[in-house]
Amino acid sequence: MTAILDVRNLSTSFSTPEGAVRAVNDVSFAIEAGETLGIVGESGSGKSQIFMSVMGLLAKNGRAQGSVQFKGKEILNLQVDELNKIRGVKMSMIFQDPMTSLNPYLSVKRQMTEVLETHRGMSQDAALTAAVDLLDIVQIPEARRRVHMFPHEFSGGMRQRVMIAMALLCQPELLIADEPTTALDVTVQAQILDLLGKLKRETGMAIALITHDLGVIAGLADRVMVMYAGEVAERANAGPLFKSPQHPYTQGLLRSMPRLDETRANRLQTIGGQPPNLQHLPDGCRFRDRCSYAFDRCAAEKPLLRTIAETRAKACHLEAL
Amino acid sequence: MSTAPLLSVQDLKVHFDVTRKGLFGGPKAVVKAVDGVTFDLRPGETLGLVGESGCGKSTLGRAVLRLLPATAGRVVWLGEDLHSLDHGEMQQKRRDMQIIFQDPLASLNPRMTVGQIIAEPLTVFNPNLSGAQVKERIRQMMAKVGLLPNQINRYPHEFSGGQAQRIGIARAMINSPKMIVCDEPVSALDVSIQAQIVNLLMDLQHEMGMSLIFISHNLSVVRHISHRVMVLYLGKVMEIADRDSIYANPLHPYTQALNSAVPIPDPDLEKQKDRIVLKGDLPSPLNPPSGCPFRTRCPRATEICAQIMPDLLPASSSHYVACHHAGPRD
Repeated sequence: MTAILDVRNLSTSFSTPEGAVRAVNDVSFAIEAGETLGIVGESGSGKSQIFMSVMGLLAKNGRAQGSVQFKGKEILNLQVDELNKIRGVKMSMIFQDPMTSLNPYLSVKRQMTEVLETHRGMSQDAALTAAVDLLDIVQIPEARRRVHMFPHEFSGGMRQRVMIAMALLCQPELLIADEPTTALDVTVQAQILDLLGKLKRETGMAIALITHDLGVIAGLADRVMVMYAGEVAERANAGPLFKSPQHPYTQGLLRSMPRLDETRANRLQTIGGQPPNLQHLPDGCRFRDRCSYAFDRCAAEKPLLRTIAETRAKACHLEAL
Repeated sequence: MSTAPLLSVQDLKVHFDVTRKGLFGGPKAVVKAVDGVTFDLRPGETLGLVGESGCGKSTLGRAVLRLLPATAGRVVWLGEDLHSLDHGEMQQKRRDMQIIFQDPLASLNPRMTVGQIIAEPLTVFNPNLSGAQVKERIRQMMAKVGLLPNQINRYPHEFSGGQAQRIGIARAMINSPKMIVCDEPVSALDVSIQAQIVNLLMDLQHEMGMSLIFISHNLSVVRHISHRVMVLYLGKVMEIADRDSIYANPLHPYTQALNSAVPIPDPDLEKQKDRIVLKGDLPSPLNPPSGCPFRTRCPRATEICAQIMPDLLPASSSHYVACHHAGPRD
């Protein structure tokens, strides 16, 4: 299989008045054609900044180093006009809050047809037809009428569908979805997850699904990457990761979530302490302050991401959990 | 019921007039955020309030504390209707009823130290305490909620979200209240911190015996912490039952859909799961459907649902459901 996206040794840092903050530290991974990679982590784990770096969307004080190849072509820190030939065309991104990503002054029709006319050279009529078809695909009822409406006239779930339709305009090979359902109610979240699953099956597009909720990933992801404090803690196929997590952090995350399908325990298992401050990281393993398995070596030596099975890697000194 | 209820809410309505003000006035518009809600809360009990955005769960929590005026109905607290008390009388009741908010940092005054924040409710109700006594009580409370007592002079911005929520809990607990309304207390927190706060609330309840009204859109967390659960939709109670019934044997199609929509962190179960995907979005509360508000998205809706709002009727002694077609999932 060929990788659509190949990220190697990506580091992203932000300069702040208090000094540089390294949000992403030496992260490498690949996304194959047609596969869905789930990226899980808490706030500040760097999960979003990886893809902001990939898309060239970092804040002004941010700087990314390393290598990002899209189908074999280096795209990290590319000039904007070069980057624009790829982003939004061959890979697109949807965000948590659709209202801030849509232009409130333009009708949905205008925002959608503009892209098709610019990138795919369509006529106005053809672009409108294509836009309506896409709104149909994302299950917006009465798409022919609604395409003329403005973003504020849609509900939250509908806006997220419009965002997804816009991301699909140029038939991208990679869709990056950053917390696409976090702002939505559970019943609407179920609709959007269903839709993403359908698109995955029918279009064969690769998806990077970024979320803090392991449940959201369970039904969709083929592989999962768990991030902690800017680094990859564990990487595995979805089934084995959920069944037998090999990194204490992954295990802690899974255990600390109450589950609807389990007998209720009296107490939730917790991960002690707080996610670390990226400016004051502990020596050795970044998770060791909160890890119940930590031993001497964890403070002395930083665990590197190492392969533990064919499709599995973890950054932990422990042989097995 | 063996014990007398602490709180008894009877046919409570909270309506907001949202008529546009203009030279010629606008069409009359009313949002019925809470529309005829009845329930009891027993001492030491946790009642979970679940529902999607706009269902009225936060409005209900605030009206119970009289932070919002009721349009109709009664909120009876230990035999007295709170909405008939005058300001001074109400003030005295507040000692026993507290609230914790969703956004921990936004609900703490950034210019007060942790000590001052926690001291405020204490000194308001106990003006005779000496400075040393106040400090001692605060230190004890800080230790109890898992804060370091030597952080008493720090400011809220020096704390993380989870720690700030502990400050909010300490402030709510300092007068040993009989009831706390928790309005989405863990929604803004990271997964690993949520569990810490849920455990803390359950430990404090075990130790101090207060009742909780736990408002959340997260059904898994509500199942974990609650003794009973009430499901709201557009200001109306759809179903109320003890925790095990509502999750194992929900009788309302909306509760069934909500339960099935919660993603489970297990790829095999998740792929096999027979999820009920509801059509469409919540209707606008400005223009709710006639009859049963859920009928526009309900897989079981028939003609009668458009005409008559079903009453909340008992299915068993501890399980009430408002649906013309109530019953287990097919």
